[in-house]
Amino acid sequence: MADARLATIARECRVQIIRMLTHAGSGHPGGSLSVIDVLVSLFFARLRHDPARPAWADRDRVVLSKGHGVPALYAVMAKARYFDEARLPSLRKLGSPLQGHPDRTALPGIEAATGSLGQGLSIAIGEALGLRLAGSSARVYCVVGDGESQEGQVWEAAMSAPKLGQPAHPLDNLCVIVDYNKIQLDDFVARVLDLEPLVEKWKAFGWAVVEIDGHDFDQIAKALDQAEAIRGRPTVVVAHTVKGKGVSFMENDPAWHGKAPKPAEAVQAIREILGVAPSAWDAHLAADAPTRALVAELVGLGG
Amino acid sequence: MAGKASRAAFGEALVELGARDERIVTVDADLSKSTMTAAFAKKYPERAFNVGIAESNMIGIGAGLALAGRIPFVCSFACFLVGRFETIRISVAYTNANVKLVGTHAGIAIGEDGYSQMGLEDVAMLRALPNVAILQPADELETKQAVAYAVEHDGPVYLRLTRQNLEPVCPLDYRFRFGRWLVLRPGHDVTVVASGGPVWNALQAAGELEAQGISAEVINAATVKPLDEELLLRSAGKTGRVVTVEDHSIAGGLGGGVAELLSEVLPTPVRRLGVTGFGESGDPHGLYAKHGLDPAGIARSVREVLGR
Repeated sequence: MADARLATIARECRVQIIRMLTHAGSGHPGGSLSVIDVLVSLFFARLRHDPARPAWADRDRVVLSKGHGVPALYAVMAKARYFDEARLPSLRKLGSPLQGHPDRTALPGIEAATGSLGQGLSIAIGEALGLRLAGSSARVYCVVGDGESQEGQVWEAAMSAPKLGQPAHPLDNLCVIVDYNKIQLDDFVARVLDLEPLVEKWKAFGWAVVEIDGHDFDQIAKALDQAEAIRGRPTVVVAHTVKGKGVSFMENDPAWHGKAPKPAEAVQAIREILGVAPSAWDAHLAADAPTRALVAELVGLGG
Repeated sequence: MAGKASRAAFGEALVELGARDERIVTVDADLSKSTMTAAFAKKYPERAFNVGIAESNMIGIGAGLALAGRIPFVCSFACFLVGRFETIRISVAYTNANVKLVGTHAGIAIGEDGYSQMGLEDVAMLRALPNVAILQPADELETKQAVAYAVEHDGPVYLRLTRQNLEPVCPLDYRFRFGRWLVLRPGHDVTVVASGGPVWNALQAAGELEAQGISAEVINAATVKPLDEELLLRSAGKTGRVVTVEDHSIAGGLGGGVAELLSEVLPTPVRRLGVTGFGESGDPHGLYAKHGLDPAGIARSVREVLGR
């Protein structure tokens, strides 16, 4: 049952990702669509948080280290009512708090500036340590990209987390999720610089490792349960995902790492995300007023 | 030489402050014996973190600790710390994390270890970040007060400290005030703005110049960013000549900041004394003499600027 609720929210968030990027005319759809199911699972089935009090000291934290995936984060934050969903089309526009990459000072609820890859895990470790020192039971989640894992700082951080705070304050309040979508900007990760064997690397650094399908809500929930139950060390969830998940022409295509859909492409993407056959689309729109309005909004952008 | 290194004064101040403020923590990268946080780590082991030789991770962990309400002092040699500029830029500055960055072993005065260990461009890099305050105390008294101030300052701070001992230059009743410089020696022919290690040399030079009939006003610029614009403009307006003195590249440091301000607001001839080119191994006094940062070199530059 939880799955159906989360699947519905994730579908709505995917639509909003497409909407935002089409308005912006730039951005990163592939990595936003690959990570959205993980973020929906965190924000709607895991985090102890209060969107009305984003600075609450004992909140669970999410650091999106792969900052270019921020449209996915904005979508879940809007859905959770950190801010009004009507602001989503302001993504990347002058004066908008919805910066092209996360800006903590601009938007309450963003935990750290990221987007310069490789930095988020260190910040998450510091937060996990600080929460332990403060006697808080809050947890810290850090979402790391696969291409990002080529950055040396990720491995400095990975080496340190199982050791820091020991023995009084082990960082078992820290959970890393690798969005392993297999594609980076230039090409497939395996062609640019293969990460394999990835699970063995994290194990060798002293982490508890769980490997899952990052689009299966049940598997995500079980992995996050496991991470909470493991004592004495941090956990990494290696989430196998599909870049561009949910949009046929974006899936597994490096070209869609960092370009926005044109309005016509956006409409097709939304139709696919909603699971409507081409032949049934007109009838669907006739019956679905919000989607009809959204399609009109995007087509109205021209181009 | 008598006096105390500002890194040593920092280490002592941190132990004292740590007793009063539970939020203070340290993060080091295997140089705690050199950055002088080792005493803090010994006294408060649960609040001291050594991340190994991994400065980027150290900086990021500091940012996270700050975001969770701690006041982290993140310490390494100035060059290794600020060399991870991109991590400071995003994880600390843009995130606006309340991190206290401490760069020791500033300048050519570290001597024999040579250029790779010398912080010579750190001020130039951090001056470009909008919200990072830069403090460079000139003696033990000022260092201890600057450290205490850094704890109170809400936002990122860079504290630039020396390896070498520093003679006292501030009066005993001195009170550090953020963004405010201090006239250590009044004068009317030339303004000498000095910061950090070479402040004492600037005072010595002023004594030598007085014997030659030249009245130099010596200012201690303990806050390198922001500049004390009011004091600088008042002094430069009075003397009409400015010489800056710092153990840092002449590009982009205190001298750069002074020249930028004066050229826009009160065009005044400025001579920047500092390090040109790369540093090198050698005894510190010899290096200061080579780069004109010793008392004789500073006095010589002042005479040149005055055409005497």
